[in-house]
Amino acid sequence: MLDGFMSYLGSTLTPGQANNQLWALIYVFIIFAGVSLAVMAMNWIERKALAHFQVRLGPMRVGPHGLLQPIADAVKLLIKEDIIPAEADKFVFWIAPLIGLLASFTVYTVVPFGPSQAVSDMNIGILFMLGVSSLAVLGVVMAGWASNSHYPLIGALRSSAQMVSYEVAMGLAVVSAILMTSLHGTGLYGVSKLSDGTGTLSMIGIVQAQQEQHVWFLFKFFPLGLIAFGIFAIAMIAETNRAPFDLPEAESELTAGYHTEYSGLRWSLFMLAEYTAMIAVSSIAVTLWLGGWMRPFPNWLSGATWDFIFSLFPGLTFLALAAIAFVGVVRMPRHSYFRVQTIGLAAFGAVLALIGVLLLGIVIGAKFSHRDILSRTAEGLTNVYWFLFKVGVFMYLYIWYRATWPRYRFDQLMRVGWKVMLPISLGVLIVTAIVGVLLG
Amino acid sequence: MTPVATPFFFYLLSGLAIAGGLLVITRRNAIHSALALIVTLLAVAGLYLMLYAPFVAGVQIIVYAGGIMVLFLFVIMLVSLEQTVKERQFNRMWPVGLLAACALLALFISVFAKGKSLFVERGAQLPESANTQQIGVMLYGEAGRMGQYTFAFEIASLLLLVAILGAVIMAKKRI
Repeated sequence: MLDGFMSYLGSTLTPGQANNQLWALIYVFIIFAGVSLAVMAMNWIERKALAHFQVRLGPMRVGPHGLLQPIADAVKLLIKEDIIPAEADKFVFWIAPLIGLLASFTVYTVVPFGPSQAVSDMNIGILFMLGVSSLAVLGVVMAGWASNSHYPLIGALRSSAQMVSYEVAMGLAVVSAILMTSLHGTGLYGVSKLSDGTGTLSMIGIVQAQQEQHVWFLFKFFPLGLIAFGIFAIAMIAETNRAPFDLPEAESELTAGYHTEYSGLRWSLFMLAEYTAMIAVSSIAVTLWLGGWMRPFPNWLSGATWDFIFSLFPGLTFLALAAIAFVGVVRMPRHSYFRVQTIGLAAFGAVLALIGVLLLGIVIGAKFSHRDILSRTAEGLTNVYWFLFKVGVFMYLYIWYRATWPRYRFDQLMRVGWKVMLPISLGVLIVTAIVGVLLG
Repeated sequence: MTPVATPFFFYLLSGLAIAGGLLVITRRNAIHSALALIVTLLAVAGLYLMLYAPFVAGVQIIVYAGGIMVLFLFVIMLVSLEQTVKERQFNRMWPVGLLAACALLALFISVFAKGKSLFVERGAQLPESANTQQIGVMLYGEAGRMGQYTFAFEIASLLLLVAILGAVIMAKKRI
């Protein structure tokens, strides 16, 4: 048992490739729990960050600095009355949130958290991701129609039109990144001989192609990769129905859009699906353009020393978070009302510090003990950390956009989608192909 | 590596496809029919996966389940369903449909009866990972050589382009 576990930690294959059902299942559970936890954390961070953008405090009551607010919200949603409108189509109403949730969670089977840290490596990885995430719109459409009410119906119509039109630009931007996997040359403008170019659709393969070409596709054929990435970064916000493209649930016009009639648990499933989909599309962007699990500057700052320094980051991040928590402890008002909160925050900081010390211990132990298992674990941790760090940046950007930009009008949205983004992404694709042929 | 393509999955997927197909033609509510059609399309995508054709499966999901069916639902939602549910069918086209269905059934039965003699004993056994690449080579050809289906592929894309232009011209009064 322990031997099997230890041998697995040293494996260089994903569970899917190794055909190891048990580990695949364990990965699925880890991802499911991790994503749900990340959604809760995102919920808290979003409320806090938005509040600070608007010079408010945000949630402060439940737990120190509102840290337990997501849990309180979850409990509230679970015990809330679950209403199905009398005129609703019961079956479709019931199944709609599940379809959205299923579509956004299924995508994670191919997300490459590291070279072997993925449930499976399909050779149609990115195609699978785009296909399954395009099914998420079905949940929205079904919810809007089944509610049998005006606001949800309009929300669903807007959503389906929006998601279908932005999918086109998004797909073309993705194709230009896939095209770059077949170029095989190193450096910004490097292209090898054309005849030996085979690209890949596999998510792990795409990151490995960037590793091999010594450049993130964001910078390949500068500025072509950057434009394609920009198109994707805009389209992915529209795909996940987030501000400034959150017309399907524009509260000032449509109450709550397609989930107006939903309450309690079903409503929370929609929220879970939305945030899960946000993390999923961010990880597509990270995989395709930002080098996936690669640490920054793997070539410029290469060598064992730099590897070691960059592998310290996961532990240091947790220590920094712990330090922030401890600063919060010191700044807590000295009053008996706040005693429990102060102790709670200190305990939270201690847990964070403990995790940080543990991560640092693994990395330093791997450096000096030369145990194979330990060094593989440290490598895996570093890879997963850098992937999650990049995804985290995108998640913060989502909040930032929401705080900064006003909502689009629907005709503006459609005009931008079809008349600006689609021609640009088509142009970038063609120019990328031409440059690849000319330089090859 | 043990194959995933076990008979269990084949029967499950084909059962789902048939059940979905039956629901498509028996439901009175057009939305329910469309949802059943999505189930059928996804089950067919699963069957493609079992035939070691992952690319076709992926495209089936993106194009049919994710694209076309969403547009179907989009249109159906705009139609007042209460009237259509009550309305009786007014055209007398069902004998034609029956005839076509019988012809298709006869074809299936004849293929089933002849069995293996119709097919090559073992089709081209490609590694799963080369599937997408093989499709690319067949459609576009290798360096300096036209592919097997390049012409047919280009004709099909031209047909689609004409259809798109036609739709735009019909929809827009002034161009």
